[in-house]
Amino acid sequence: MTAVLPAKHERPTGGRLIDQFEYGLDAPICLTWELTYACNLACVHCLSSSGRRDPRELSTAEAERVIDELQRMQVFYVNVGGGEPTVRPDFWHLLDYAIGHDVGVKFSTNGVKLDKARAAQLAATDYVDVQISLGGATAEVNDRVRGAGSFATATRALENLADAGMKDFKVSVVVTRENVSQLDDFKALTDRYGAQLRITRFRPSGRGADVWDQLHPTQTQQRELYAWLLANGEKVLTGDSFFHLSALGESLPGLNLCGAGRVVCLIDPVGDVYACPFAIHENFLAGNVRDEGGFQRVWRSSELFADLRSPQTGGACTKCAHFDACRGGCMAAKFFTGLPLDGPDPECVQGYGETALAARDLEVVTPRSHIDHSHTGPVRGQPTLLGIPSIPSKICDESPLAGVELR
Amino acid sequence: MTAPAAPQAAAPFDPALPWQKSRSVALRPEPFGALVYHFGNRKLSFLKSKLLVGVVTALAEHPSVDATLVACGVPEAQRPAYVKALADLARSQMITPRESA
Repeated sequence: MTAVLPAKHERPTGGRLIDQFEYGLDAPICLTWELTYACNLACVHCLSSSGRRDPRELSTAEAERVIDELQRMQVFYVNVGGGEPTVRPDFWHLLDYAIGHDVGVKFSTNGVKLDKARAAQLAATDYVDVQISLGGATAEVNDRVRGAGSFATATRALENLADAGMKDFKVSVVVTRENVSQLDDFKALTDRYGAQLRITRFRPSGRGADVWDQLHPTQTQQRELYAWLLANGEKVLTGDSFFHLSALGESLPGLNLCGAGRVVCLIDPVGDVYACPFAIHENFLAGNVRDEGGFQRVWRSSELFADLRSPQTGGACTKCAHFDACRGGCMAAKFFTGLPLDGPDPECVQGYGETALAARDLEVVTPRSHIDHSHTGPVRGQPTLLGIPSIPSKICDESPLAGVELR
Repeated sequence: MTAPAAPQAAAPFDPALPWQKSRSVALRPEPFGALVYHFGNRKLSFLKSKLLVGVVTALAEHPSVDATLVACGVPEAQRPAYVKALADLARSQMITPRESA
């Protein structure tokens, strides 16, 4: 018997760029490279569950080989993160090595290593972009999620960069329920340092899954955010991460499409290649840069990426009038909330996400990544969002209601 | 790597004059055309057809944009669209005026 194969979608000739991007590119446009899982902080919503260094981390020589390959593939810049990338002792060497090989670097940092000398060094280097992460426009809001003292560290780094005459550095904010009301304050703070504001969407990835219910913006806040973006979109960067909001009406500027495995991917600290920085899970693991053929072979030939490079033709969303605007939203957000990948985004602004979440099987176990480098012991200045850990109730407690949550 | 170009205003686009791909620009071939990256101003753009890639590459060999379009065999009906695409590329300094014809 001959199996009937589904018709393979052929890439169209001409037409809109977004339709081309659905079929993937020969090399990523937006490549994120997390250099280390080590981090001095323990942010409650860390997308990569970072904290402790992985002993299998790529060596300096291996990292240089990745850069050589990116140069050959004409990946013109990489977004470097972690963990906290600057705690890698060879970070500054790798930065220079990349720039010397036509691979520009945008790196995200909590600012811990950006003293006056480093700030001056960065200001004197072309082709490097720095973004300092903040979780709140005030120490109070920031430190609850990023840890005590982290606001002071970040603003000191911003001050050092501004004093050194650094141009075009960024303040990077993940928008949450607690800071969405501070967008104007973030803008003012950023302007004060002569920097640029970058805001991105909070996803239930890594430790973000643990606090997503508590921290993701409400539907009302989503609409406020959308209005703010329409009014201020020209002046802020978004990494095109809010495209799910485009279903509210006017499209937001940028690429309104999930780029996972198509134009975006992640190289993690041990060289594993995932479809996107928010998808550190074995289901989205395409290969490793240490494998034969290196990164290029993973990008061009992995089965997973081939699967991701076709337009979505089925599922509930394709029947929605707004499908062309949001394209079903964020793959990682659906996956880590236990929703089907061809259905609505959990934050679908038309409300289908909430319906889908409510309709989940009560028994559903949301997928968890087995990759977790979180600190196991106490961390200095631990975030307070989750409160002080309670003493677990024991079976021998006298109360017959021990362990039962009373509301 | 080439030194980033000093920030400067883009020259007004005149298709009767000689142009060329900026020296700070790299073309990365893609199935639909090419990705264009300017190392100086870090702008990213896309050439949406292979014919347009051919035109941008050939600019340096012809005395004007108009002559390049003819030489590359761009159908007459499509030439206004190509001139518009090239004007956009000039605005982001992906292509720059050439001194001698």
